[in-house]
Amino acid sequence: MSGPAPESSAVLRAEGIWKSFGEHEVLRGVSVSLAPHEVVALIGASGSGKSTLLRCLGLLEPIDDGQIWLGDLDISDPRVDGNRVRARLGAVFQSYNLFPHLSVLDNVTLASRVVHRMPRAQAEARARELLARVGLADFASSHPDRLSGGQQQRAAIVRAIATDPEVLLLDEITSALDPELVGEVLELVRALAAEGTTILMATHEMAFARDVADRVVFLDDGVIVEEGASASVFGAPQHPRTQAFLARFSG
Amino acid sequence: MISQISRHAPSGLELERRAFRRGRERRSVLVAIASSLVFAAIIWATVINTPGWAGVQQAFFDPAIAVQSLPKIWDGFLINLQVLGFSLVTVSVVALVIAVLRTVRGPVFFPLRVLAAAYTDLFRGLPFIIVLYLIGFGVPTIMNTRIPVVVLGVVAITLTYSSYVAEVLRAGIEAVHPSQRLAARALGLGYVQTLRRVVLPQAVRKVTPPLMNDFISMQKDVGLISILGAIDAIAAARSSASLSYNFTPYVVAGILFILLAIPTIRLTDWYTARLREREQQGSIL
Repeated sequence: MSGPAPESSAVLRAEGIWKSFGEHEVLRGVSVSLAPHEVVALIGASGSGKSTLLRCLGLLEPIDDGQIWLGDLDISDPRVDGNRVRARLGAVFQSYNLFPHLSVLDNVTLASRVVHRMPRAQAEARARELLARVGLADFASSHPDRLSGGQQQRAAIVRAIATDPEVLLLDEITSALDPELVGEVLELVRALAAEGTTILMATHEMAFARDVADRVVFLDDGVIVEEGASASVFGAPQHPRTQAFLARFSG
Repeated sequence: MISQISRHAPSGLELERRAFRRGRERRSVLVAIASSLVFAAIIWATVINTPGWAGVQQAFFDPAIAVQSLPKIWDGFLINLQVLGFSLVTVSVVALVIAVLRTVRGPVFFPLRVLAAAYTDLFRGLPFIIVLYLIGFGVPTIMNTRIPVVVLGVVAITLTYSSYVAEVLRAGIEAVHPSQRLAARALGLGYVQTLRRVVLPQAVRKVTPPLMNDFISMQKDVGLISILGAIDAIAAARSSASLSYNFTPYVVAGILFILLAIPTIRLTDWYTARLREREQQGSIL
């Protein structure tokens, strides 16, 4: 039962995703795709299904219908080993979700060592290099709860990229941060985007989405009502729901 | 909202995937059943063919003696249940007080903290049987009066088990994330209110399995009051065993204790699963 092969060269592609929690249908036939090195922003009101979509794409939540491809592999096929798929993806969450019992360095190297079987010395060298890049070199041996929110989120991003994921899924990563800390986290994402990382991000930072994303997808009540180049969606939204949503945002 | 009315009809692909998953589930259920049957058959054959099985059966599993000894053992078992019921209440109260004393902050409470710590150290270290002798035989001797065995048993069990349960509760209290206290205090709840409304409910949930371990172990240890001369299930079993020169009465008493433990275990499994379902959404990978 292999579905139609993806005709595009998309890194990650989803077709007609349905998902409900009990009686509540959260996603109603959503399709998105990410080209290599593309940065796509998911925008929409709280509860519109952004987080659920990211979780479904990351195989963190089973879907009720639809199909997802990572490269040429149909990852929605139940015969696929989900752990190996998730090992190829990176995810960052709203509330960081760092492991409080591990030092920052161990948080970052855990997957490299345990999943990818990288020797500890090599994993740590790489982790220190990444931590230094995001200004956390001095915190490598600290435990996460000792860090500020912005520092924790930067550490969480480093943890996600330490294994060189094919796609980075960012789920409202700045929602728990104050404006100053938001800046330092977004700078990091901006740098990753500039380096060519493929990113799908759910965000409420409209200015950031407009500046960094190549494409914007507007999700409303589990359906994509509008999508396109960020300049055109933000500059001249077509759908009345998008217009209403973006009306309060004037950047 | 339209979404509430329209039920999405799954695609052919999704139906195929569901069929595949069902097939896989069916197969693993079948494998489980088959392996259980094979395993049971092997055990059965091994037991039956073990030399001396007939002797074991006669000495441990004699149905006639079991039926004959059951009424007395049951009467004794009711005494065990009585001790258990009282101890459950006293252990809960004493253990909670000690756990809270162990966790209060501030230099004023230093002596209380030390006392509570000393208590848990002492009674976790002391063998229960020594506590039972000291309370059961020592206290009536000093006071020079007769004290009902049930009371002495409850006191001894409370002294020992409170120290274990207090430590389990303390571990639970300390495992509740500090941000929860912070949020409760920010709402204006006082120290005790925070403890009662926010910290303890979460703490108890975290430590339900170890608490159940202690409870089950307590269910069994109430049988030790037989050494104080109470005619409980074990004492009744001992007297009918010595009358019949057969060990079946002990097995009967043992089965009663097992039957007592099983519902508790199942009940807590069910309850914790229900709480988890209510408080967490989404799949757990």
